[in-house]
Amino acid sequence: MKVESQIEITPTSVVLNGQAIAVEATGEKMLVELYRRFVGDYPKFFKMDTLSRLGFIAAELLLKHSGASEHSDKSCQPTAVILANRSASIKNDRDYLATISEGNYYPSPSLFVYTLPNIVTGEIAIRHHIQGETAFYILEKPEDLEPILLSTFNFKLSTALAGWCECSEPNSFYAKMQLIIWNN
Amino acid sequence: MVIVNGHSIISPLGEGSQANFEAVQAGRSGLRLYTDRFADVEPFCASLFDTPQDFVELCVRSVELAVSSQNSAVSLQDAGTIFILSTTKGDQLDLLRPAQAIARHFGNPNPPIVVSNACTSGVCAQITAMRLLEAGIYRHAVVVGCDLQSRFIVSGFQAFKALSPEPCLPFSPERKGLNLGEAAATIIFRRQPSAFSSQPVWTLEAGAIHNDANHISAPSRTGEGAYLCLKDMLQGLTPADIDLLGVHGTATLYNDDMEKIAIERAGLQDVPVSALKPFFGHTMGAAGVLETILCMMQMENEKWKMDNGQLQIIKMLSGFGGVNAAIRLKLKIQN
Repeated sequence: MKVESQIEITPTSVVLNGQAIAVEATGEKMLVELYRRFVGDYPKFFKMDTLSRLGFIAAELLLKHSGASEHSDKSCQPTAVILANRSASIKNDRDYLATISEGNYYPSPSLFVYTLPNIVTGEIAIRHHIQGETAFYILEKPEDLEPILLSTFNFKLSTALAGWCECSEPNSFYAKMQLIIWNN
Repeated sequence: MVIVNGHSIISPLGEGSQANFEAVQAGRSGLRLYTDRFADVEPFCASLFDTPQDFVELCVRSVELAVSSQNSAVSLQDAGTIFILSTTKGDQLDLLRPAQAIARHFGNPNPPIVVSNACTSGVCAQITAMRLLEAGIYRHAVVVGCDLQSRFIVSGFQAFKALSPEPCLPFSPERKGLNLGEAAATIIFRRQPSAFSSQPVWTLEAGAIHNDANHISAPSRTGEGAYLCLKDMLQGLTPADIDLLGVHGTATLYNDDMEKIAIERAGLQDVPVSALKPFFGHTMGAAGVLETILCMMQMENEKWKMDNGQLQIIKMLSGFGGVNAAIRLKLKIQN
């Protein structure tokens, strides 16, 4: 197993392969700033909830701006997206709940679809044309994902985008995702 | 390959796998019209428990029933046993805490795993269990699927215009959408075969998960992910080797269309299918576990069909996020 590249995003910092990326904004606005600087051509981003925006930006930086895409053998094209967190889709669940409060009942279908944590894996799969496995786990801590990844890719040639993608409040989130290559 | 050691279903149709199987055979459905179950939502047709259930208590009862059905005893407090919960909304939006409460109730020391992969969770959880056992990380896995309905879920599906006002009709030209349902279902898996038994044994042989990479809420028009799953399940086999195909069959216009295309692309159109949502509604996180159990029981009832001493089923599901999953199970007389 080899970690090809790694990204860590907090509401105030972005670190890609050990290098800090300078950002001006913080929290949700920082994700928009990163979108404008590094993506710019995918307006669907603005429809996404914060969890999906976080995972989308992390995947984008990992796959397109980490040097991984310079490999000519395409071994860095992921065939799986395996993510986990502690709070599932709670931030967006609360946003949806606000649309069905008593006395103000206007359920929003576009918010409802994001009340599942695995939607972020779908957004990444669509963007990067990944028809392999997408999965989302709810775990106590990031280390609990390790045995799941190990058993998923046991003895198989594979490249996966994997890690932690958590958002509990609009401006409280944490992503630590890796592009991992198994070639044992 | 891992062995099915025991299972249970608790639904509005009954307690225990056998009671639920008999209800289905008798043509009983849990679906009925609810007009005032949740504030503000329009009347809806669903399969709900008569009295509101406590999520954790329901799952605990389901695990206890599965334990009592086992071929051979599995110690739930053993460090070699992992609890895996399949759910989409958990206990009032909290997914991990109920899983921890269930594991704690049985004195299990391992951090539980929650699989939340939309409506495919119940099949994905079985795949996770199989892999962890095959990799030698655990010896036994308790896979519990459960979801309870709420104002949150019903309002969302209504806003999505996905609900049928009548009992659902999978694959019918007259289908109008899905019905929601409540249930808990458990399968206990083991890595090692138990001592010789003259009874045939079910094994989980293979599993696959594929994304359509097309749309987060609409199924692929070409059944891409579902087709890739079925293709994986048929590796080394021919469609004639499959005795039953458990479909998702939500009875929404697009899901059933997509499944039909995927089934035909995989050459499985002549295999008998099982679509159970007219009895239970769409039980979300429980669906993959509950429907797998009932497919197995259906086959046990048709043992006369056994050729070469074995029967095989494929169970498939699809969900929001473009995700599709399938597993293949085999019933075989132990040698």
